Amino acid sequence: MTQKKRLVVVGAGMVARRLVEALVERGATRDWTIEVFGEESRPPYDRVALTSFFTLRDADELLLGDQALWREPDVRLYRSSPVSAIDREARTVTARGTTHAYDALVLATGSYAAVPPIEGTDAEGCFVYRTVDDVAELRAWVTERQGEGRPPVRGVVVGGGLLGLEAAGALDQLGAHATVVEFADRLMPVQVDRAGGEALRRIVEGLGVDVRTSTATSRIRRDRRGRVKQMDFADGDSLATDVVVLATGVRPRDELARAAGLDVHERGGVLADDACRTSDPDVYAIGEVACIAGRVWGLVGPGYTMAEVVADRLLGGEATFEGADMSTKLKLLGVDVASFGDAFAATAGSLEVVYADPVAGVYKKLVLSDDASTLLGGVLVGDASAYTTLRPLVGNPLGGDPTAWLLPDGVEPPSAGALPDEATVCSCNNVTAGSVRCAVSDGGCTDVAGVKACTRAGTSCGSCLPLVKTLVNAELEAAGVEVSDALCEHFALSRAQLFDVVRVSGITTFSELVDRHGTGRGCDICRPVVASILASLGHGHVLDGENAALQDTNDHVMANMQKDGTYSVVPRIPGGEVTPEGLIAIGQVAADFGLYTKITGGQRIDLFGARIEQLPAIWQRLVDAGFESGHAYGKSLRTVKSCVGQTWCRFGVQDSVGLAVALELRYRGLRSPHKIKLGVSGCARECAEARGKDVGVIATDQGWNVYVGGNGGFTPRHAQLLAEDLSTEELVRTIDRFLMYYVRTADRLQRTATWLESVEGGLDAVRAVVMDDSLGIAADLDAAMAGHVDRYEDEWAATLADPEKLRRFSAFVNAPDVGDPDLAYVQERGQKRPATEQERAVLIGGATIPVRGAEVPA
Amino acid sequence: MSGWTQVCALDDLVPDRGAAALVGGEQVALFRLASGAVHAVDHRDPFTGANVLARGLVGSRGELATVASPLHKQVFSLATGQCLDDPAVRLRVWPVRVAGGQVEVAVAADEAKGVA
Repeated sequence: MTQKKRLVVVGAGMVARRLVEALVERGATRDWTIEVFGEESRPPYDRVALTSFFTLRDADELLLGDQALWREPDVRLYRSSPVSAIDREARTVTARGTTHAYDALVLATGSYAAVPPIEGTDAEGCFVYRTVDDVAELRAWVTERQGEGRPPVRGVVVGGGLLGLEAAGALDQLGAHATVVEFADRLMPVQVDRAGGEALRRIVEGLGVDVRTSTATSRIRRDRRGRVKQMDFADGDSLATDVVVLATGVRPRDELARAAGLDVHERGGVLADDACRTSDPDVYAIGEVACIAGRVWGLVGPGYTMAEVVADRLLGGEATFEGADMSTKLKLLGVDVASFGDAFAATAGSLEVVYADPVAGVYKKLVLSDDASTLLGGVLVGDASAYTTLRPLVGNPLGGDPTAWLLPDGVEPPSAGALPDEATVCSCNNVTAGSVRCAVSDGGCTDVAGVKACTRAGTSCGSCLPLVKTLVNAELEAAGVEVSDALCEHFALSRAQLFDVVRVSGITTFSELVDRHGTGRGCDICRPVVASILASLGHGHVLDGENAALQDTNDHVMANMQKDGTYSVVPRIPGGEVTPEGLIAIGQVAADFGLYTKITGGQRIDLFGARIEQLPAIWQRLVDAGFESGHAYGKSLRTVKSCVGQTWCRFGVQDSVGLAVALELRYRGLRSPHKIKLGVSGCARECAEARGKDVGVIATDQGWNVYVGGNGGFTPRHAQLLAEDLSTEELVRTIDRFLMYYVRTADRLQRTATWLESVEGGLDAVRAVVMDDSLGIAADLDAAMAGHVDRYEDEWAATLADPEKLRRFSAFVNAPDVGDPDLAYVQERGQKRPATEQERAVLIGGATIPVRGAEVPA
Repeated sequence: MSGWTQVCALDDLVPDRGAAALVGGEQVALFRLASGAVHAVDHRDPFTGANVLARGLVGSRGELATVASPLHKQVFSLATGQCLDDPAVRLRVWPVRVAGGQVEVAVAADEAKGVA
């Protein structure tokens, strides 16, 4: 076996990650080992979304893609390991004093924030805006200044481009007053024209951010402690300030390449050809450090394209970098700004069509060819909704009246279905309309999620997703595929529709529902769904009347069927808090009935191996000891996991156990489309792992933060922040509404994470419903939850009190007290477990093989 | 063709819900459907070897009355025992009748058929 070739990647940013991802996906690790060296302490993260770090609070949220990539065999990520030297003769790099050999080297070192050559940029309180650490330091500084109790903290941002406006937005979010200083005559001079810049300025100023254009800075003055005090301008004017953010652009980090003797451009950037190859054929340059076709490409989209080119080349392909779409669409300070194609009408003879509404704060311009037919580019400020449709049309006929694209809402622009195949839909990942259509027509994708996985469209910034969805639906329709959300063959309705039908019609039985709104006699899909809906709407005990025939065996006998047909039993232990007496009672029941015991992930105790006819006796003992059903069998609330919180923990800031117990008692028994799990942590250390839950609550000094849409399981998800610093009362109302809205509108077996994705408008829309009552249904949701709380009764206690229901717990209708004779167990680690096939043969083989004919009754 | 065994009263069976019975050493799953029909098939789930089919959900697929295994949800025809998700798998089916309000199953008869 020949030895694998060694690839070394210098830099661990977004583009480096894409390279490794592309290589691993294409099986390159069969022939290559991949070593990636990054100077930051974090794996590659989404630098484009840096400002969202302020709302996320958790830098891990920014990490890109599946972290399992870095655990792939033959892939190794060295964090906090800047490469200090490249030896092209020996073909090695040095990082933290160790040399690593390479057969191919990729430079993906990116850029650094440029610091203008003025005096005082080394003052305390002067920051750049490039990494998570920069942002974290800026935040810490501003927070500290605010803590000093003086009037609002003031900040100056040097640079009115994209980064500068991002930074101004960040300061604004931190509660500081920001002034943006720009040398050019307008904001975002690279992306928008003068009129667009003016429109932008008016909007930004309207948001309380001061703007000074055509202004040069001359010096940063500091106080006696060496901290930023004042910004001086070239015109003699000055501005007192507590913090300065330098956002005057970025420069390629080409110093390693220079030292290694590689050719670099005079204005910076490692020179590379269209294969991204530098002057040394074994060394490639990609991303913001690469200078290809005479320029550096300072956007992530072209960087990704370069990464794909190099991946292809390393695998023997012939891909080339043909330049890239430098269009941008941003939301800065909440203002949409987009610039695409020939935004400055540089093409000879080009025409500009402009729509401006200074009152509404909107400026839109399209650049057209001299015959006014072909779209060349455009600028959109204040309302960039047309961007996703317009950008792919660059170079193509607009079709119809161009002004139709510029008019405000209400005027329907031409359909996206007419996009030419070669039009780029997702510029981050270079996906064309044709590839999206192909993924549906030939690739068998039937929804946006499938197309995302297949083509990568919309997986970076996501701005193209509405367009992708339109394309996918148009293609499905063209193929005659009906997009069906029918529950099963018996109901053409989705679960949410069925829920509404039951709620509005007041139908209380499955028979009536299937007669009036379905066909046949139902199945294992629709029966439990209807049972759940009826239970959610409060139509009685799960074993009442016809309901009994709808329940899956787990719900029917209120226990969880295991592989051998016996059940496990889980008493509720709210918040995971249990008395010694309670523990002893559970232990004694397990001992008396010979049950295997295990602690669950939800902080309670599971008792395994109970035969169906034993369940009532087991539960009589548990109910007598003060326990109730834990609903481990139901599509309903499972547990509210908690850490010990303020009561005992020296870090806790709130009573997490108390809240967890209260929440568990409030939502116990709530029937839902899928199981629901909650968690409550008493401080930001998050020991309850609440963000892995459908609803996670984390204590703050001021109250509670609530996160929604987390889960573990096959596709783990972190919950996202829904609301901050709520009082306990506000928190409970928020969770009430969130859960009830979910129960009413989610599909069968849809956890909250996928439900949130499927709701139009996503988390923001759900937040609007829950927090701001945008649909006017909050009172209804509140009432529904209050009804649930009022109606709750312990299903097991109710069952034990009803001899009719107890009849269902017999193993055999003609021999109620006989247990299943085929069950067999062996001992393992001091407890019983089901015997394997082989063990059974030895244990009880002869005894259970039926002797044919021997027992024919007389 | 001998031996109808009286198993239980029809009223012991809940409509659209199964019940297991021990008949001549066999574990039989009995189903009384809302339509009035009564079926008897193996209680043993051939996919897992566990005795659980009487605890499956009944329903219909097209015109066929069915039961789904509670373990992995394979669906079987109650009339023929045929697994509708795997043509190679079939449950045994026993003759069953209701006489004088009592459900009777003929285990031996089908046993003889099965052996022949």
